Amino acid sequence: MEANIHFPDPSKVREELIQRYPAKVAKKRAKSIIVNDPQLIPEVQANVRTVPGIITQRGCSYAGCKGVVLGPTRDIVNIVHGPIGCSFYAWLTRRNQTRTESLMDANYIPYCFSTDMQEENVVFGGEKKLKVAIQEAYDLFHPKSIAIFSTCPVGLIGDDVHAASKEMREKFGDCNVFGFSCEGYRGVSQSAGHHIANNGVFKHMVGRDNTPSVGKYKLNLLGEYNIGGDAFEIERIFEKCGITLVASFSGNSTVSQIENAHTADLNVILCHRSINYMGDMMETKYGIPWMKVNFVGAESTAKSLRKIAEYFGDEELKAKVEEVIAEETPRVKAVIDEILPRTTGKTAMLFVGGSRAHHYQDLFAELGMTTVAAGYEFAHRDDYEGRHVLPSIKIDADSKNIEELKVLPDPELFNPRKTEAELDALKEKGLEINGYEGMMKQMTKKSLVVDDLSHYESEKLIEIYKPDIFCAGIKEKYVVQKMGIPLKQLHSYDYGGPYTGFEGAVNFYKDIDRMVNNPVWKLIKAPWEKAGNGAGLAASYVTQ
Amino acid sequence: MLLRHTSKEVKEREGLTINPAKTCQPIGAMYAALGIHGCLPHSHGSQGCCSYHRSTLTRHYKEPVMAATSSFTEGASVFGGQANLLAAIETIFSVYEPDIIAVHSTCLSETIGDDLQQITRKAKDDGKVPEGKHVIFASTPSFIGSHVTGYANMVAGIAAQFPVSTGLKKNQYNIIAGWMEPSDMREVKRLSKELGVKIVLFPDTSDVLDAPQTGKHVFYPKGGTTIAELQSAGDSLASLALGPISAEPAAIALEKGCKVPFETLDIPIGLSATDRFIMALSKVASVQVPDEITAERGRLVDVMADMEQYLYGKRVALFGDPDQLFPLTEFLLDLNMKPVHIVSGTPGQRFEKQMRQLLDERSPETNFRNGLQADMFLLHQWMKNEPVDLLIGNTYGKYMARDEDVPFIRFGFPILDRIGHSYFPSVGYGGGLRLVEKILNALMDRQDRDALEEKFELVM
Ligand code: SF4
Ligand code: SF4
Repeated sequence: MEANIHFPDPSKVREELIQRYPAKVAKKRAKSIIVNDPQLIPEVQANVRTVPGIITQRGCSYAGCKGVVLGPTRDIVNIVHGPIGCSFYAWLTRRNQTRTESLMDANYIPYCFSTDMQEENVVFGGEKKLKVAIQEAYDLFHPKSIAIFSTCPVGLIGDDVHAASKEMREKFGDCNVFGFSCEGYRGVSQSAGHHIANNGVFKHMVGRDNTPSVGKYKLNLLGEYNIGGDAFEIERIFEKCGITLVASFSGNSTVSQIENAHTADLNVILCHRSINYMGDMMETKYGIPWMKVNFVGAESTAKSLRKIAEYFGDEELKAKVEEVIAEETPRVKAVIDEILPRTTGKTAMLFVGGSRAHHYQDLFAELGMTTVAAGYEFAHRDDYEGRHVLPSIKIDADSKNIEELKVLPDPELFNPRKTEAELDALKEKGLEINGYEGMMKQMTKKSLVVDDLSHYESEKLIEIYKPDIFCAGIKEKYVVQKMGIPLKQLHSYDYGGPYTGFEGAVNFYKDIDRMVNNPVWKLIKAPWEKAGNGAGLAASYVTQ
Repeated sequence: MLLRHTSKEVKEREGLTINPAKTCQPIGAMYAALGIHGCLPHSHGSQGCCSYHRSTLTRHYKEPVMAATSSFTEGASVFGGQANLLAAIETIFSVYEPDIIAVHSTCLSETIGDDLQQITRKAKDDGKVPEGKHVIFASTPSFIGSHVTGYANMVAGIAAQFPVSTGLKKNQYNIIAGWMEPSDMREVKRLSKELGVKIVLFPDTSDVLDAPQTGKHVFYPKGGTTIAELQSAGDSLASLALGPISAEPAAIALEKGCKVPFETLDIPIGLSATDRFIMALSKVASVQVPDEITAERGRLVDVMADMEQYLYGKRVALFGDPDQLFPLTEFLLDLNMKPVHIVSGTPGQRFEKQMRQLLDERSPETNFRNGLQADMFLLHQWMKNEPVDLLIGNTYGKYMARDEDVPFIRFGFPILDRIGHSYFPSVGYGGGLRLVEKILNALMDRQDRDALEEKFELVM
């Protein structure tokens, strides 16, 4: 599809983006700035180190591990082993909402736990203090689980968080203590932390409770973190359709859900980047296939529900899903019909995360808006180009030091939910079983794809394209808005949401309409500035 | 209940900090460096720290916060970060063109033992620092002190690395800003101007972190102390350091480097601390206090007198940073209120002593603790044992306030859910008035909310 929007000459744009860089940096950045062609899908350099000194959007592996994947599970006490800051900044700032059934249920999300390492711990080792901290957390709260997260200094001084966790786990007997070596310097971004988190959750949590889950259509929701209540909306829709959610990884989840996850019959994956490892590992060990879905966008939600019904192959479910879609659609349509004339033809740029820069393009498409440029903050080539490129991705030094778990079929619990032939038949029907086609296939020809966008590049892009809206995170928010362009935060949703499902689509339409058509953007210039100030004003006064 | 696991029973802890009332050094260093004109803060460590610090400052100010990082990976962590920092300096000067790069360390680079002095010198020797440009540094390991320490270290770094003493004294005074909001720094400048005293204020984040909407992003906004001003600080007649913890180290550095004598004061929050500030400035510069300032003071005292019945005996819990907590506590006592519980995560005997002295004299039964495990969890437990009428602290306090149904005033760092702190000062007499207004609104709104219908008052 070629957009009817006029694109500036993309190769010239590319030149402009890199022209200020020192030669070596320019050469490197050029490989991450690609003109899209959905038919050919060119290679994008991704998941490589950020050049020192570049103002990047990226964070660290600890943020990906503790902040993203483990943070949303409410009944784990997450102790950050390190100096105070790392734990402080990750405290409640991600907006992963959670809802307990009663006031008696455990919820540690509003708490921040740290070993607050001091100089003597750095010099003489911090393991002792860590064990004291674990003991104190156990005595105070008696949680089901305690997870330990290593920050940068911990790895260097050689504290063994795994040994300490094991020792305490054995000592307590009724509290599962486990650790993560997610020091911020591992890998090149949050992405390394996702992988480390997947490994730890798979090793220490999944499969601990074999009680068969009840329900006809049982699935796990992977890569959904309940930002702004996204998971609540998906849960609502599932319930309406009669689909049983066994576990969520990890929005609005609990330890016992995750421990029982392997009794589901399907894993649906939203954020491929952060959780695909879990899908693969559960498939190998338990025989549960995974399928890529997207609940961002009303049409995408309907499509994903149909895919799930198709997977279970049950006429009753298919009928129910159609009924739910038919019931939900009119109110969505009423809103978009009203808004569409005001948003059609506008342009958007999305530079965020590892899946949202893709998923939210669906919502913009529903708004009649074109994505002129997009890119991820910490994704890999497969998220751009599709999983078929996996075998050709080079493993570099930074990826090598992140453990790949060796997973084998479980001698007792392995039970392929579908035969190879059945899976092939489903794939024929267009279900992304164990697969993901990536972002670029969906983007228009000549749109721009930029990985790990730098601050400098973002300002240039805005100057050149003048998009109607820019999507990124908090660090970019006010920079872009100072340029007179609204920025939609797609990590925190600007404290709004949910944006998933049908309700979410309605919320998003309204928010974007409000943002791109807000009168404030026309108030920036003072009347005297518009009138040419000074002389002009005086003159008109005199003549009147 | 949001903090439903917080029990009433207080048990001493030694390993675990819960809900800290402090954060780490580099964020303070980053904030301080933003108060220098044309300066790009640089975080020497892994990306994560820099990203977190920028995010938190951005949420607090709702303004662009620019800073670069050395982007350490595992290799740098093993072999040292020199190559990363040198490469970063080169890239920054060619892409972002600052006048100054202010490098601070992180836990990681400190643990490795990177020597910032040596690396920045090497950058100069290798010609990576263009003519007329500067690279300064401060060591800011987070396993010592807190964010306040980091601020103090960077300001001291600035004071040690820019001012020169030409031998010719200038008729001006340095005011070294402790950790204050841009609005406060603006107010300090206004008060000095009212007094007719020429000052060099540093750092100065006004017109940086409260920049106007113009339709353009100005990478280095108009505000910030300039290099010329900083250099001239070595020739000033004297320095006033506003904040024993966050500002005095810079005054000491300046005395050491350029022989500029100094006096340390509290941040002028509330009546008494502002009195001391005005007195000190008028004395050191031998100027008379103009009537307008006396009138400003009078307006504050007038409100304190008129509204005393709503303030008297009200029990307050507060948490935050030393240089704010001390004058704020003093102000609450001046208002005839009762500070009941006070915590600060920032360690240090000096603050402890200063606070104890004040409390021993005027409120000996107050619970006060600072340093390790002096966290919001402890404060919350204290509040459960001895309830209060008002809670004052940063945004994280809202969870305790909601659970305990206590009126809450946001004060300190970070404030992530309200605006105002960067625009309206809380220093000076005007700032005191703003604080009293906030306190009264919080208390009186509560009185209105809770009043029985027959006791509901029109005039208060
Ligand atoms: S490692 Fe140190 S500097 Fe970095 S965020 Fe953690 S405490 Fe702060
Ligand atoms: S110290 Fe390491 S783990 Fe902590 S925020 Fe910084 S980069 Fe992340």
